[in-house]
Amino acid sequence: MKRGEHSAYAYLRHSKRFPHVWCPGCGIGIVMGAIIRAVDQLQLDPDHTAIISGIGCTSRMPVYMDFNTMHTTHGRALAFATGLKLARPDMHIIVVMGDGDALAIGGNHFIHAARRNIDLTSVIVNNQIYGMTGGQLSPTTPFEMRATTAPYGNIDPAFPITDLSIAAGAAFVARSTVYHSQELEKYVRTGLETRGFAVIEALSNCHTTYGRLNNLGGAVEMMRHFKQASITRKAAEKLAAEELEGRIVRGVFHHDISRKDYSTLYREIQEKAGGAELANERIDSMEMV
Amino acid sequence: MAAPRMMQGNEACAAGAIAAGCRFFGGYPITPSTDIAEYMARELPRVGGVFIQMEDEIAGIAAVIGASLGGAKAMTATSGPGFSLMQENIGYAAMTEVPCVIVNVMRLGPSTGRPTSPSQGDVMQARWGSHGDHPIIALSPASVLETFELTVRAFNLSERYRTPVIVLVDEVVGHMREKVTLPRSEDVKAIDRIRPSEPPEWYKPYGSSPNDVPPLASFGSGYRYHVTGLHHDSAGFPTDRVDEVEPWARRIFRKIKGSVNHIAQYETDGVEDARTIVVAYGSVARAASEAIRVARSRRRKVGLLRLKTLWPFPTRVIGQVCREARRVIVPEMNLGQIAIEVERIAGDRKVRRVNRIDGEMITPQQILDAMEAK
Ligand SMILES: Cc1ncc(C[n+]2csc(CCOP(=O)(O)OP(=O)(O)O)c2C)c(N)n1
Ligand code: SF4
Repeated sequence: MKRGEHSAYAYLRHSKRFPHVWCPGCGIGIVMGAIIRAVDQLQLDPDHTAIISGIGCTSRMPVYMDFNTMHTTHGRALAFATGLKLARPDMHIIVVMGDGDALAIGGNHFIHAARRNIDLTSVIVNNQIYGMTGGQLSPTTPFEMRATTAPYGNIDPAFPITDLSIAAGAAFVARSTVYHSQELEKYVRTGLETRGFAVIEALSNCHTTYGRLNNLGGAVEMMRHFKQASITRKAAEKLAAEELEGRIVRGVFHHDISRKDYSTLYREIQEKAGGAELANERIDSMEMV
Repeated sequence: MAAPRMMQGNEACAAGAIAAGCRFFGGYPITPSTDIAEYMARELPRVGGVFIQMEDEIAGIAAVIGASLGGAKAMTATSGPGFSLMQENIGYAAMTEVPCVIVNVMRLGPSTGRPTSPSQGDVMQARWGSHGDHPIIALSPASVLETFELTVRAFNLSERYRTPVIVLVDEVVGHMREKVTLPRSEDVKAIDRIRPSEPPEWYKPYGSSPNDVPPLASFGSGYRYHVTGLHHDSAGFPTDRVDEVEPWARRIFRKIKGSVNHIAQYETDGVEDARTIVVAYGSVARAASEAIRVARSRRRKVGLLRLKTLWPFPTRVIGQVCREARRVIVPEMNLGQIAIEVERIAGDRKVRRVNRIDGEMITPQQILDAMEAK
């Protein structure tokens, strides 16, 4: 099979990298598949595409993918990606993060990346818990749910990722679940096509910790929940607030490309300062050797 | 040579960075280093580079590493509190062998301390600030011109050895103004990292290579590979095999320690027949020079060993220079962070520490007193 034929296989690293570290049934692999299919549909050049992550189960994703990949430090993926993007505005950059990675330890970087509207496509795998470290509280753990560090139930309210992203200035904001893999793929694609900061929240199952601690069943039951409890934005508009209680609303929450992305604005600074030509030369010199 | 001009240490640092080929700066303002960021914000876009004020120092160093992997020579500048915040990612740069330069214009700590007062309190933090065993290079200039020169050198060392390099400027040097004649940029020797020449399928970003420094491909140059802060194999993929972890760690130490004679620079003044040797660095070395001038006018046999490189520690030269001396004086604006290293080599009975941790400079008189004391 060739690239362009929806073959994830062509984009995976085969030498030494499998089997993967994820638990059987974990949703992270589905998100990885959606990203790969989106890249494939857009026919992005893997040599000009980077996948950057922080630390966590989600952040193990880049190692399996045959692009320029960087597994950084917990919470800092967007800051590393910002440096790469500004040094190499010609590259497509996808940043994958867990919910804790993106919104707890990395929360500050997240809102500032959105504020700058830097051209990065960030995919947050929201499993509502800290998977890698064994089920501790996350900033997206729903109220009253259990975590190993909230044994009596969580009293911290969950961050609404979409609202936060929109308020902070993201250009594209969407949410789906790992049950809706094609929808995820479509959103990642739109994120990549959007020149600016894109946030795709992918609700995912961590049956191993979150599911177990909260009696939500295994991977299949949690998947079924994503199917049954979720509702499109359109359908949600017709429902009253109390009817939406416990529902997962899917869809595009925001798409505004009127604002210039950060690299474009910095380009204008280089023009003002008289260094635009030199910037071109520098970037060209880093092309294929 | 360009025309002579009055310049501040911080300005010379920024000018040196650009002359060395730095094209990316990511950082967060903090006294007394901010002049460097301001200079870079103005000058980098003129030479096709990029300046960004990040949301904090953690992001600053992260962006620097990201940019460096994209092929740009990159730096950040900070002071104590920001340097503390950067530590985890400095370790990441050491682990992933990504060249970058971190300037720390040292102010009096701990904590917020005295933000505008000089100090040399971060010498050990530069060495061991990030967790886990890792090698580091740290340089310390004593004048405005030397700040230019050592910043160029910091870039060259970081590129040559694929490692983070720290420039420890003290606040006195950072803020003092001196008349300097900087070399023209075409006269500055800038070294670039070795990039791979083999076909991408054969490329090993952490493979074995002569002098233990494997070539580094830029992202987006046709070599797709993995970078991780986990222990990794020669291809960059995570590993927990003991036969891969230990050899890697040995190699990254070897690449720095094995080249200590190339990396470590110092200056000596009359150490051959000196009975008393002063070992100093940074602005304190200026007070030491003056103390030595006065002592010599009193016919004392005194010599100066001025360190320009603090890490890797120049063990051999300290041993040589201090062997015959009766007394070794180590003046520092801290409680003996380099003295402890000198004592390790010269024996602690010989060594006299002269310390100051009140944010004031060490005076020549204090050093003279230590020469005269019984
Ligand atoms: C500075 C730092 N603090 C803490 C950790 C430990 N740690 C590793 S992953 C993680 C959280 C993982 O949760 P999340 O980001 O939601 O990702 P997931 O594993 O669920 O995909 C934590 C706390 C770390 N690696 N680094
Ligand atoms: S712990 Fe949870 S998030 Fe991590 S791999 Fe297992 S199921 Fe997935």
